[in-house]
Order: sequence, then structure tokens, then C-alpha cells
Amino acid sequence: MSHDAHAHDEPHIVPLSIYLAIFGALMIGTALTVWVAVFDLGEYSWLHTPLALLIASAKATLVVVWFMHVKYGSRLVWIFIFAGIAWFLVLIGITVGDYVGRNWEPAPNAWQAAVEAPRSSELG
Amino acid sequence: MSQRHGPVTAAVITGSMPEMDNDHGPLQHHFDDMAQQNESAALGMWLFLLTEVMFFGGVLTAYAVCRYLFHDAFAEGASHLDVQMGTINTIILIFSSLTMALAVRAAQMSKTKLLVGLLIATMVFGGAFLVIKGIEYEHKWVEHHVPGKYFQYDGPMANQVHLFFSFYFTMTGIHALHMILGIGWMIWLTIRSWRGDFSAAYFSPIEMTGLYWHFVDIVWIFLFPLLYLFGAGAGAGH
Amino acid sequence: MSEQAAPRRRNRGRYEGDVPREHYLNVAYGLKSWLLTVDHKRIAILYLLSITGFFAIGGLFAAIIRMELMTPTGDLMSSEVYNRVFTLHGVVMVFFFLIPSIPAVFGNFFLPMMIGAKDLAFPRINLASWYIYTIGGIFTLAAIIAGGVDTGWTFYTPYSSTYSNSAVALTAIGVFINGFSSIFTGLNFIVSIHKMRAPGLTWMRLPLFVWAHYAASIIMILGTPVVAIAIFLIAVERLLGVGIFDPALGGDPILYQHLFWFYSHPAVYIMILPSMGVMSEVIACFSRKRIFGYAFIAASSLAIAVVGFLVWGHHMFVSGQSAYVSMVFSVLSMLVAVPSAVKVFNWLATLWRGSISFETPMLYAFGFLGLFTVGGLTGLYLGTLATDVHLHDSYFIVAHFHYIMVGGAVMGYLAAVHFWWPKMTGRMYSEFWGRLSAGLLFIGFNLTFFPQFLLGYMGMPRRYHFYPDEWQVLNVLSTAGASILGIAYLIPIIYLVYSLRYGPIAGPNPWHATGLEWTTASPPPQHNFETTPTVTEEPYDYSKAIENVAITPGAGPESPPSPAAPRS
Ligand SMILES: [Cu+2]
Repeated sequence: MSHDAHAHDEPHIVPLSIYLAIFGALMIGTALTVWVAVFDLGEYSWLHTPLALLIASAKATLVVVWFMHVKYGSRLVWIFIFAGIAWFLVLIGITVGDYVGRNWEPAPNAWQAAVEAPRSSELG
Repeated sequence: MSQRHGPVTAAVITGSMPEMDNDHGPLQHHFDDMAQQNESAALGMWLFLLTEVMFFGGVLTAYAVCRYLFHDAFAEGASHLDVQMGTINTIILIFSSLTMALAVRAAQMSKTKLLVGLLIATMVFGGAFLVIKGIEYEHKWVEHHVPGKYFQYDGPMANQVHLFFSFYFTMTGIHALHMILGIGWMIWLTIRSWRGDFSAAYFSPIEMTGLYWHFVDIVWIFLFPLLYLFGAGAGAGH
Repeated sequence: MSEQAAPRRRNRGRYEGDVPREHYLNVAYGLKSWLLTVDHKRIAILYLLSITGFFAIGGLFAAIIRMELMTPTGDLMSSEVYNRVFTLHGVVMVFFFLIPSIPAVFGNFFLPMMIGAKDLAFPRINLASWYIYTIGGIFTLAAIIAGGVDTGWTFYTPYSSTYSNSAVALTAIGVFINGFSSIFTGLNFIVSIHKMRAPGLTWMRLPLFVWAHYAASIIMILGTPVVAIAIFLIAVERLLGVGIFDPALGGDPILYQHLFWFYSHPAVYIMILPSMGVMSEVIACFSRKRIFGYAFIAASSLAIAVVGFLVWGHHMFVSGQSAYVSMVFSVLSMLVAVPSAVKVFNWLATLWRGSISFETPMLYAFGFLGLFTVGGLTGLYLGTLATDVHLHDSYFIVAHFHYIMVGGAVMGYLAAVHFWWPKMTGRMYSEFWGRLSAGLLFIGFNLTFFPQFLLGYMGMPRRYHFYPDEWQVLNVLSTAGASILGIAYLIPIIYLVYSLRYGPIAGPNPWHATGLEWTTASPPPQHNFETTPTVTEEPYDYSKAIENVAITPGAGPESPPSPAAPRS
């Protein structure tokens, strides 16, 4: 409470240099995103999307923490942000998981394996 | 806390509760003090952004599923997007985020003229983003890549490419709509700033608009690689 | 034991005082003073009126359904009309009655009072939420006039997309718009609970009604946008013909079900959690006992809100969803029953050796306990993979969710109406008629919906109006029960309206209840309290004598200096 009140009664003014540094980092991140996307990764080309999302997440983190002043915000705001991320991951994770899981071959049943095994040894 | 309640309590007991409206200053009657009001506004804004995360999260989930199902078609569709324009727009949006962050800083330091200038700069960058977006949309229209009746695409995966372009227009469209609303709101804030409504003592609306604007920027930070750059690695040029 | 020593409230005399000279209802008159009000209490009344209207419309459709199902031949209407009737019943009841019911009326009215605030954090957003609700409602009413909608309340694709042949667009827009009113309400509640609590009102001193609304608000905030986007994508699909949900064009209809149920399963908890909050207030008050397991009830509300988001796939077991995901959803669905059971056991423990009295709100609370338990336990059959295959889309599930929605949410709503009516209006209603209609409701409800468990178990599918002759007996029983149910809904409207003018004056605390809302006049003054209250003790302290005494302005105790409430 007292911390929050302090934050608003005398606003925490972030030095200009930090804003410019974050801006520079975001620019570098953008360049990196484009560079990674056109870079030929050969057999690791599936890494394109994870890398792109990784860089995007890093950029987003910079914006949230510095531009949106979460660094100086209350713990509650941190909780809200993590709740938002968690809920989104639940939605996309389980939904995409359904589609991925539809292609999985069911594992052979234990009893099936037990039945099959002696038969093959008989033949052998 | 008890001191804070003191005068209000006294006023209520003596029945002299003044009708504290906006013309009695920015403190609304149901709050005790500005700190409480500002913290409530900030918390409300963050909760609103949470709903926005889930709103975009819903489309992103649908996009992820379809992209998983039709990986090649989506890569092919993405290769028709203009990476150059997308990159320029990304840079423009980061500029606008910087000016917005600096606008909040100007308000914190009670520099009214700087605040007005930075708000206008933010709107100009936002406007430039929308113009470029419009040019891109126009190109898609000419190329018959706008989903719907006039969509034309040759190839075995035409339906799925159609799907990709639907997502492209839905996602960038919702994003652009958020920007338009943000700019509209900022026009009003610029007028208020010009009037001198904001200073170190009261800048909550500027701060809240900043949160919103940065969020819209973050959405684009994700949309850009997910839409534009998906086709780039495949080497299928424009 | 101290419980037995608790002062009994029975044989209390009639309140001798008068209604306060000035209160929130008479500070201003005229339509404008209502339509432009930012007072949370007046907004709650606006919601009460509009919700009652929608409840009547939804009930009318229910009556038509039951009339049609009296005979096995489907002779009252065509299949097309029947499709529209059950769809509109569902849409109106779920989106325009159940979801806003307790939060928008009693949450709006009492949450600020329970936390000792003058209003919610954002009064104008609160008013906006009512207007959004109204606009959404108008779209839905327009859809009814434009020929109705026949997709089922779930708007499943491809009924709502490829094969749509009714006013889907209008209805969907109505539901889409209505979602924002729910978001605004939830946002307002969470911010208010965090930032507007009275001095001394720590988290563990909050009434459980507030905890329940906090949990429900989490769902409103995080769930509603997803259903909004699902409906938005249907609009895109239909306008552009893109086929996100159309297999012929490459899309997948199941994707819609994921997005829809991600919201709509937790939405069940938007309906039931506030109702559970009402239960905690009512049961403690009419048992004259401190609530048992306060921390567990509070925590279980949050647990329901969180785990409730992880179970949506139990609606999709037979949809072709991956078997592995189904297994996960099935296990998690069993898990979500635990916090609900924790609540029920704690309420039972509260009743244990309490000084129980059977006023109308308590009768509804007892109804809730029994019916919600039946509804919850039958839910386990549906969350179990193998049995769900048999019971899916049968009348078993219709019975199950009506036990939760009507037996739980509506019972809680009516308990709230009867518990807080004296506070909202300053008048007492007729206890005789109140008890009578509560009893009728319980009988009528069970007669309506218990036969449906049997019908579903025997295989009667939902959403058809033809059925084999041998099921007629049970269907006629169900219709007979629905008639009793209808009467049990009508009686309260009459005696409650009657009480507005002729009811005895209630006094500030007719139930001798704890809680800040009972420490102010009935009806409350415009700013709720004459002095900002200070809280010094835990809630539900029924070990002390609580009087129903007049509260005169200025006579309130001076707030003693107290440690500040942590506002975070
Ligand atoms: Cu469910």
C-alpha cells in the first residue's frame, strides 16, 4: 500500500537513456527476427517458428517491463500478467494438443503384447 | 488510513458532504484519495488488457490449429505477404511505442508542450502504420487475395490458402481496429493535454492510454513473425 | 456448547421504527434519474427488472417445450419451430438470465456494501454494462421476431455456419455484445475488492459472498473474450465464406467447440459460484453459527475458478477429439468436483448443531443443497469417458444441468431475493407465501427434472419432439412438474410486489444478520453508509446478540483508529 501510494504521489521517472536503450534493443530484435526468418537453417528449419516466438517474447517482455512500467508496479500486476499468459497457454496448449494427439498411434495393449510374444517364440 | 478517512467521515456526519463531481477536481466522490483512484484505474486497465490477451489468444489458437493442419498451404500463403512493408511497419510501431512512453514521462514531469508533441508524434506513427497497412490491403485486393467472393488463387491448395488469408485479414484487421480506437482516444487526450489537464499531480489517463498502446504494439510484435515471416524461410519469394 | 448458547432470533417482534426519511430510492425521481444513474444500487434494480423480463421470456419457451413433449407425436408444432423454441429457451436463459443474475443484481447491490465502499470502482462502466446488456438483449429479441434461431444455444458449427437457415447472425451479435457487459461487471468487482475495502477489512474478513464473486469475476474476465472471438469467427466465416469451421474447405468444426467450451464450461461457474456465495451468507445466518471452514470455502471458490478452466473437453468426448485429450479432461473433471464438495461439507458442518430456523431464504438454501448435490454427482457420470458415450446428448444431461442451473443457480438467486429483499426495499414480504412457494418450487422442480434422468438413461435424446409411446408417462410427469414450477415462480412476483406497498417495515436488520450491509438503514442511503465503517472482527460472528435497531444519522460509533487495510 505505502509502496503503491509512493509510486503515484511522486511518479517514478525513468531516465531517458533507459527508454532509448529499450528502443534500441527492440530495433535489434526486429532485425534479428527478420534475419533468423530468412536464414537457411537446413535440416533444422523447424526451428524457425520457435526462434521467431522466442525473439518476439523477449521483445514483448522488454515492452511490458520497461515501457509499461511493470518494473515499478505492484506485485499484483505481475500476478495478473502471469495469469494472462498462463490462461492463454492453457487454451492454445490443450487445443493444439488435441489436434496433435489425434495422429498418435495407440500403443499396443499390454495383453496384446503378452499374447503375441509366446506365439512368435513358438514359431522361432 | 484513519487520517485519510477523517475529513470524509466528519463531512458525512455533519451532513455537509459536498457533491464532489469532476468540476471539483479529478477525484471522484467514491474514492478516498487520488492514490486509491489511480491504483484502481491502473488495475482496471490491466484487467482489460487481460481480456484482450484472451481475445487475441482465441484467434491465435484458431490460427495455430489451422497452421498445424495445413502447414504447407499456410507457408505458401505467407510467402505472398510483403515482408518489406511488414518490417517497415514493425519499426514504425516501435517508434510510436517509444514516443508514447516518452509522452507519459513528459506528463510525469509536467512538460505540457512536450506531452502534446509526443502524443501527436505517436498518432502520426500510428497513422503511418495504418496507411502502409492500407496499401498492403489494396495490393491484396488487386491480386484477388482478399477472402470472399473475389478471392482467386490457382493451385492445389487454394482453399487452405484462402483460409490463411482469412486469418491474415482477421488478425491484422482486429489489430488495426485497436489502433484506430487508440488514435481516436488520443486525439481527445491531446486536446485535454493542450488545455493543461495533466501534470505530475494527475496523469492517469495518459498512463492508461500508454498501457493500451504498448499492448497493441506487443500484439504486432507477435503477428509480424507469425504471419509475414512464416513464408520467408521457405524461400518461396514474392 | 457455545453454539447452543447463541441467542435465538425466533419470536422477534415486529420492527417498531419507520423507514429512513431519505434513501437511495427517493433521492431522485423520474426516468432520467434511473437511466443516467451511476449508483450501484439503482443499476442493480435496473438489472433486476430486465433480468426478470428475460426470465419470463425464457420461461415461456420452456412452457412451450413441455407442452409439446406431453405427447409423443410432436403435434403442437413442426420440427423447425421446435428447434427454435428450445434454442431460444437456452440462449435467453443462459446468456440473459443465469450469467448476469446474481452478480449483476446482488453482486452490484451488495458487494460494495459488504466491503464498506460507497460504490464500485468504476460506476460509469457499471452503468455502461447495463446498457450493453440491454442492447445485446434487444438484438436477441429482434432475432426472436425475425424468425428465431435453431442452432441450439451452443451455436455449434456447421449449424450456425454452413447450414444456417435462421436468424443466427442477430442472435450471435446479441450474445457477443452481451459478453462485454459481463466483462465490465467482472472487471469492476475485482478492482473494487482489491482497492475499495473499508479500513480493517482484510482478505480473511471478507464475506464469502465477496470471495465467490471474486472467483466468478476471474472467469468473466478470462473466459468471456474467448467466446466473443469464437462468435466473431463465425461471423467472419459467414461473411467471407472462408471455412475456418467447414471441413469441405479445409477447416474444422470441432475447433469452434474448443473455443466455445473454453468459456462455456467455466461459465457454469459464473452462474453457480455467486449462488454458492449466497449460500454461505444464508446458511450461516439461519444457523446462527460462524461458518465452518471459512478459509476452505474461500479457497475452494478460487480453486473452482482455476480448475474449471481445464475441463472444457468433457463436452466433446464423442466429437472426435483426441482420445488422449479426452482422458486428461476426464480426470480433471473429476478433480473439479472436489472443491464443490468441500463447500457442501462445510455448509453441512455449519448446520451441525446450529440453531436452525426455516425462514424463506433458508428453505431455498436447503433446496440448493439437495438439488446441487444431485446435479453435481450426476455430473460425474458425464465426466466419465465410458458412461458419457451412452448418456451424451440424452435427457440425462438435460436433467443434470437443470439440477445445477435451476436447482443450484436459480435456487441461490431466489434465496438471495428473499434474503436481501428487506434490505433493498425496506419492507418484509409475506413469510407464509414465501415458504409456500419455496416448497412448491422444490416439489415442482423434482417432478419436472427427475423423470428426465430416467428418460435419458433409457435413451431419449435431447432436442427431439418425437419419442416412443412408452416414454409418455415420464414426459407427462415432467410437464406436470413444470406447471407446478411455473406457479412457484409466479407467486413470489405477486407477494414481493405487494410487499413494496403493504409489507411491514423491515428495519435495518430483520434477520439479525452479521455483515456490513446490515449495519446501515433499509433501504440504504445513497452513499450506503452514514459513516465509513471500520471492521474489527471476522465475519459471521453469530455468538453475540444482534439487534434490529434503528440507525439514526450521526449516531453511529466514531471510527476508532485502526490499522489500514492492505489494499493489494
Ligand atoms: Cu462442462
